[in-house]
Amino acid sequence: MLHLDHLLLTEPGFALSADLTVPKGARVAVIGPSGAGKSTLLNAIAGFMAPTAGRILWQGADLTALPPGDRPLTILFQDQNLFPHLTVAQNLGLGLSPRLRLSADQHKAIDRALDRVGLATLGPRLPSQLSGGQQGRAALARALLRARPMLLLDEPFAALGPALKADMLDLVSEVAAETEATVLMVTHDPTDAKRFADQTILVADGMARPPQDTAELFQNPSQALKDYLGS
Amino acid sequence: MKIAFLGAGLAAGVTALATMAAAETPVLKVLTYDSFATEWGPGPAVEKAFEADCDCDLQFVTAGDGAALLSRIQMEGATSEADVVLGLDTNLTAAASATGLFAPHGQTWANSLPVAFADPNFVPFDWGWFAFVYDKTKLTTVPASFEELAASDVKIVIQDPRSSTPGLGLLMWVKAAYGDKAAEIWKGLADNIVTVTPGWSEAYGLFLEGEADMVLSYTTSPAYHLIAESDDTKAAAAFTEGHYLQVEVAGKLAATDQPELADKFLAFIGSDAFQSVIPTTNWMYPATAAAVPDGFSTLIKPEKSLLLSAADAAAARDAALAEWQAALAK
Amino acid sequence: MASRAGQVRPALGAVAIAAALGGVTLGTAFAVALQAGSFALSPADWAALRFTILQAALSSALSCALAVPVARALARRRFVGRGLLVTLMGAPFLLPVIVAVLGVLAVFGRSGLFNDLLALLGLPRLSIYGLHGVVLAHVFLNLPLATRMILQGWQAIPAERFRLAQSLSMGPGAVLRHLELPMLRATLPGAAVAVFVICLTSFAVALTLGGGPGATTVELAIYQALRFDFDPARAAALSALQFGLCAGAVALGWRALQAPGFGAGLGRRLAIPAPGGWRRAADALVIVLAAGFLLVPLGAVLWRGLWGLSDLPPGLGAALARSVSVALASTLLTTSAALVLALAVAARGSRLIEVAAMLPLAASALVLGTGLFLILRPWVRAEDVALPVTILVNATLSLPFVYRLILPQAQAMQADFGRLADSLSLTGTARLRWLVLPRLSRPLGFGAGIAAALSMGDLGVITLFAGESGATLPLYVHRLMGAYRMDAAAAAALILVAVSFALFALFDLWGRRAAS
Repeated sequence: MLHLDHLLLTEPGFALSADLTVPKGARVAVIGPSGAGKSTLLNAIAGFMAPTAGRILWQGADLTALPPGDRPLTILFQDQNLFPHLTVAQNLGLGLSPRLRLSADQHKAIDRALDRVGLATLGPRLPSQLSGGQQGRAALARALLRARPMLLLDEPFAALGPALKADMLDLVSEVAAETEATVLMVTHDPTDAKRFADQTILVADGMARPPQDTAELFQNPSQALKDYLGS
Repeated sequence: MKIAFLGAGLAAGVTALATMAAAETPVLKVLTYDSFATEWGPGPAVEKAFEADCDCDLQFVTAGDGAALLSRIQMEGATSEADVVLGLDTNLTAAASATGLFAPHGQTWANSLPVAFADPNFVPFDWGWFAFVYDKTKLTTVPASFEELAASDVKIVIQDPRSSTPGLGLLMWVKAAYGDKAAEIWKGLADNIVTVTPGWSEAYGLFLEGEADMVLSYTTSPAYHLIAESDDTKAAAAFTEGHYLQVEVAGKLAATDQPELADKFLAFIGSDAFQSVIPTTNWMYPATAAAVPDGFSTLIKPEKSLLLSAADAAAARDAALAEWQAALAK
Repeated sequence: MASRAGQVRPALGAVAIAAALGGVTLGTAFAVALQAGSFALSPADWAALRFTILQAALSSALSCALAVPVARALARRRFVGRGLLVTLMGAPFLLPVIVAVLGVLAVFGRSGLFNDLLALLGLPRLSIYGLHGVVLAHVFLNLPLATRMILQGWQAIPAERFRLAQSLSMGPGAVLRHLELPMLRATLPGAAVAVFVICLTSFAVALTLGGGPGATTVELAIYQALRFDFDPARAAALSALQFGLCAGAVALGWRALQAPGFGAGLGRRLAIPAPGGWRRAADALVIVLAAGFLLVPLGAVLWRGLWGLSDLPPGLGAALARSVSVALASTLLTTSAALVLALAVAARGSRLIEVAAMLPLAASALVLGTGLFLILRPWVRAEDVALPVTILVNATLSLPFVYRLILPQAQAMQADFGRLADSLSLTGTARLRWLVLPRLSRPLGFGAGIAAALSMGDLGVITLFAGESGATLPLYVHRLMGAYRMDAAAAAALILVAVSFALFALFDLWGRRAAS
């Protein structure tokens, strides 16, 4: 269970509070207007931003002081999920060993992960030689390898077309299922939320609201959600 | 100490070892300017000749130019490792004596300078007349005095008296020749001066590259070109006012731990073994009547020599410098 | 957005290096100030200060103004020998000052090529001596640095942005406004400050080409105070003045600085679009003029040196070996230190570290050397530490350049990949090997080349420490010149230039190879 305990995040001219829990294994969409703080929330959970107050707990353990790499999670950013100077296989390898000293088993695991996401022969390529969809797959393959308990997605597929994006979301679902990960996914597309997430966190008006059942949320939208959806 | 270069850190260690190994023979340290101790300067021959009968190790410690020597002595004070300082000139000796760091030399050998020279602390080791050097093939109407030079459109390059000993020598030359009229001479020279360089080598380099018709140097400069390069196109212009002298001197530091060796070296300076090396290494006149090579006979011999005493030179310096700056700042 | 735990160690290292830089620059000035003397500055000193600022400001403005079209032309045109030309054009910056002055004079002097050409055309000869000559020589020396700093800015704009501009049918004017001006706003202040501060401490160029005592700089006043007046306190006061000027210039540069914020590209190496028509001709003209201005004097230096090559004194080899060793050691030292500083500043931004990294630019080599001499003398003999001290001083003096070259790309790297690296626990040597070295190899190689060549050419401090047999090659050249042996000096200078340049080219090539 992820517990945001009276969390307060502030930047100049910006504040966001969150006091909520996400059950283990849940798939949660994070929606809300631009600039409301969806990415900020994920950045704080991932450890790129220190909270002004409050704590972040996973299964009762306080993560707040841990460096990003030591947190039980994998995060996919909007872009720059791969180092352009390293091959796809090396990019995956860094997920297993920061020093890139890999055992034979780990090399095999990388091959399997690549195979799993449909990039079987592309390990030796540089990211710039891949299409946008393939780059997303490579990043997911690394998440698969790392198999951390949480997977945070900061709109990594926003640039992809609808069909491709649907494929990727399916792949995320599979990866999450295989690694039994709790998923938090930022999106601005209600269809994504409905398709992928059983629960949804609405971020608006300086507050991240506790997750609600996605279907229910969209059936009986609150005023804040109505404002966002423009309905 | 001839050590191969093995790396910066190692070099220090090797030097220390070599110093320990040589500890039995007494070491005489002579602080001198850079060019004296170079492989083509007087240093190697002087070292060899002196070590031949001193039963000692003569080591040169170098520090830039003559002015750098004085500032080094002032920085080190009585804790200096050096025993003898060689390479100050008479524009610096007053300040050097005033430090109280030098001991009387007690030497009795006679020098053959063109003016009477005696200083309780310093013995001369060579000397030269300052002069403007030109190329005979390029300059046909050669000015014969500062006044003629100022009236002509001959271009000269000189050194800055604030950073170079020849520059300071020129300042004293004009002062000694013209006294209160010096400022006027400088005003007249202003449009002849192409530029003022920080040191002698820049000025001489500019002259050789054709940037100026004449350069402030020494009457002995043409001898270098004649003897070392078989080039007889360079000559020094004789000025009717007379020529100022640069007298280079050596002195013993009072705090030396080798007073006898230091005295022996100061006496050695007056010997032919030392003096005969000077003309073709330092390209100056020997301080004694030692023989000079043939090429020197072709040089001009000014009839009148000018030299302010160390005290007068020191007293005149600041005012002369201000005069010079005011006259040349356009 | 910096994380806490992962970056504590480099920050500590950066603070230690910054403290060491402060010690070597300000500490030495303080050691000099402790000597006897008066702190009073004369009217002549203030006049020197005015002239110093004037010539440095003009030199900086002109260098940067000329560097923009040159860098743009080089950034967007492709032609045979372009890489070689870019490398060669960097050479003047690496020349020992007196060699550079003689090269400039061979072209622009009274009997130089340029005046011969004017005479041939029946035009009056122009005199180079005066403020304009000082500025001309400073532009010759610093145009290469400004050009390379700005060229790096151009190359740092991801090719995707240019393609985006093309897809939006942006004309050259719009590209200038939306892509190039933001980049210039980020790059120019740094280049301008660097050139300005370098020219602040000019001494031999200003005096030799200035034509008279009117062209006195603060550095000459320091020289006079230390050498002829033995007034160390006054030298320290003048030195403090110079540090103040430097700090002021750096502060001004900061106010003008703006982050470019281009985001990352995918690292594809695509050609920057090159507009045709008259712009093509103009670019060609700019490149030819700049190459001529920079390479003809350089050619004169080489030509002059060829004649003495047969008559080199035997001590030259040892001096050369010493110089190369000093250069390699100080390059290693300065590149590592600059990298640590740049990474720390990129990660968390510290103005104090920024100031420390720029301090050496304003340091007077003479005060620095004298201060070190005073500090070290009670413990060691000067000639025993000549080489370590030279390594330290050369590393210190070249650090600001290497730092400035690395910083923008370190910041871009941090912005683009810092979070990803943090999330993968990429720290310490793993981060160095898998992120920093590959991403920064281009500025690191270029910076190391600059450091090596600057260290080869620097005369500054060795004169105070070198013993009878400890001369480096620049000092050796100087000694040859001081002994009438101008041909041998020119030949030794040629060797110095060739070796400096070879070191520079090797490091630069390594960086470019590793980057592609």
